[in-house]
Amino acid sequence: MSARTGSKVATASRRRRGLFARSATDRVVAGVAGGLAEALGVDAVVIRLAFVVLGLAGGFGLALYLIGWLASEDPISGAPRERSLPDSLTHSRHAVAVGFIAAGMLLLLRAAGIWFGDALVWSVALAAFGSAVIWTRSDDAGRARWTRLATRLQRGPVEAIALGRVTRWRLAMGTLLVIGGMSTFLAYHYSLGSLRNAAFAVFVAVAGLALILGPWTYQLARQLGDERRERIRSEERAEVAAHLHDSVLQTLALIQRASTPEEMSTLARGQERELRAWLSDRPPSSANGSRLLSAAVEEAAAGIEQRHRVRIDVVAVGDATLDDRLRALVDAATEAMANAARHSGARRISVYVEVAPDAVSAFVRDEGSGFDSARLPQDRRGIAESIVGRMERHGGVATVTSEPSEGTEVSLRMPWRAG
Amino acid sequence: MIRVFLVDDHELFRSGVRSALDPRRFEIVGEASDVEGAFAGIRRTSPEVVLLDVHLPGGGGRAVIDGLAGDSARARFLALSVSDDAQDVIGVIRAGARGYVTKTIGPADLADAIERVHGGDAVFSPRLAGFVLDAFGGDVPVTQASDPELDQLTPREREVLRYIARGYAYKQVARQLSISARTVETHVSAVLRKLQLSSRYELTRWATDRRLV
Repeated sequence: MSARTGSKVATASRRRRGLFARSATDRVVAGVAGGLAEALGVDAVVIRLAFVVLGLAGGFGLALYLIGWLASEDPISGAPRERSLPDSLTHSRHAVAVGFIAAGMLLLLRAAGIWFGDALVWSVALAAFGSAVIWTRSDDAGRARWTRLATRLQRGPVEAIALGRVTRWRLAMGTLLVIGGMSTFLAYHYSLGSLRNAAFAVFVAVAGLALILGPWTYQLARQLGDERRERIRSEERAEVAAHLHDSVLQTLALIQRASTPEEMSTLARGQERELRAWLSDRPPSSANGSRLLSAAVEEAAAGIEQRHRVRIDVVAVGDATLDDRLRALVDAATEAMANAARHSGARRISVYVEVAPDAVSAFVRDEGSGFDSARLPQDRRGIAESIVGRMERHGGVATVTSEPSEGTEVSLRMPWRAG
Repeated sequence: MIRVFLVDDHELFRSGVRSALDPRRFEIVGEASDVEGAFAGIRRTSPEVVLLDVHLPGGGGRAVIDGLAGDSARARFLALSVSDDAQDVIGVIRAGARGYVTKTIGPADLADAIERVHGGDAVFSPRLAGFVLDAFGGDVPVTQASDPELDQLTPREREVLRYIARGYAYKQVARQLSISARTVETHVSAVLRKLQLSSRYELTRWATDRRLV
């Protein structure tokens, strides 16, 4: 939901000011590459490498970056929005497209003579391609993990590789390409024979290093994995501890100081509700009111429990997104609960909400003193009217059934179409 | 005198129940705090009603019912829990518990519930009634392989459940519908049986959504 609103905002401001928004979160220099990557749906690494390679072609990439900076708009403020990334196939297709565009530009620039020389540009381009293969990841899960990891520790990417998250195949391919690029560069500057010697020397050195450092690297990778798991576990523990401290321990402290049993049970009940909501991962209600009917009723019940020291049991069957009519129903039900809490003397109020395809019903019942329906007390008539009146204004029906010493039930019914 | 066995991992709760139940009507024949202890204790004392906590070390209340399913013991289970999570409800009821009440239940209601379970009836709290209405919700056609007898609630059963969900006691439901309390019991027991045996696909899907099946 929030992502959708976010992109709507982006579209609106894009029309107004720039071609795309620079990224506030994914940035190295000014966030142009990050923003462009987001707009095109490719990995920012691809764009960055394209800029670098084009930069070698007579500084063209630099100019392009500046143009991009001018043509874009300031990053959208606020929390980084969740990107709705295309699936991995489209994603890699886009990356290939960007690659081809960069290559095309290179050829064009070469023809135009804006060029630092074949040796440099092509070898760097090859190496850059290899690098892109290594550093881009097509799976979103990996990406998300990556981002978290990178923000958590500086050595994130290294760790990711060490843990084999970037597949070995990619790593091998990329390495080959990078080595190819480097060799090409060298080959242009030295004779091929000496290169072969050098390559052999390098190979021997690398093999030796692998023999020496291999086991150690493996150990390190495993240790990093363990550390990471431990870190996640301790972070979770810290989060739970923080929550318990803020809520449960505070309430327990208050309960110890409470003087009356009613006060105690109210505190305990409020805490119980809060903890249940937290455990069931129910979305916290937003500032403009909860979005779901059941959550709205629960919330209203919790508020009245707090104020009037009664127990309200809410049972909901089905659920619906709140609209004006349902909000009126919730308001009327809240009024009925408050009424029962204030006047009935009952210690327990039952609330039942049922979503049927054609209507939403709510029942608020207490087993308190009740009253003679024929002779409504003066103070009750106003409230009953605010319940009945409110329902009728929105096309619903409300009935109040009460018998002296039998309790009261307020039935609310609001016609409603599903969806 | 009803012979009652308590299974709960909280000492405090067990002693609370002990003191809440009238010793002239109930005899607490034993207690256990985990699944293994429950097996041993229930086999040894053969109680009539087992008050069973849903969350237990060693597999939960469900494991206790499942583990004793082969025994010829005539114990009936009443599930108790601090949680009103739908997952817990369907788990124990499907396993064979005769009812489900939350631990916030008052002493009088608890005594009533134990007697009811002892008598072979089902005990539906408002929340359980709400859950059943939810699971059997709507008039969606059932799959062909299923048994309509088991897979649908009759309009009367639905009505009864709705009253229970609204907070009416069985007696009050009977008065509202102008039927006998005994008939209300019959309806509720039928619903319990359906809940345990139904192949209604919503129920299956409902359970699958909550990773129960």
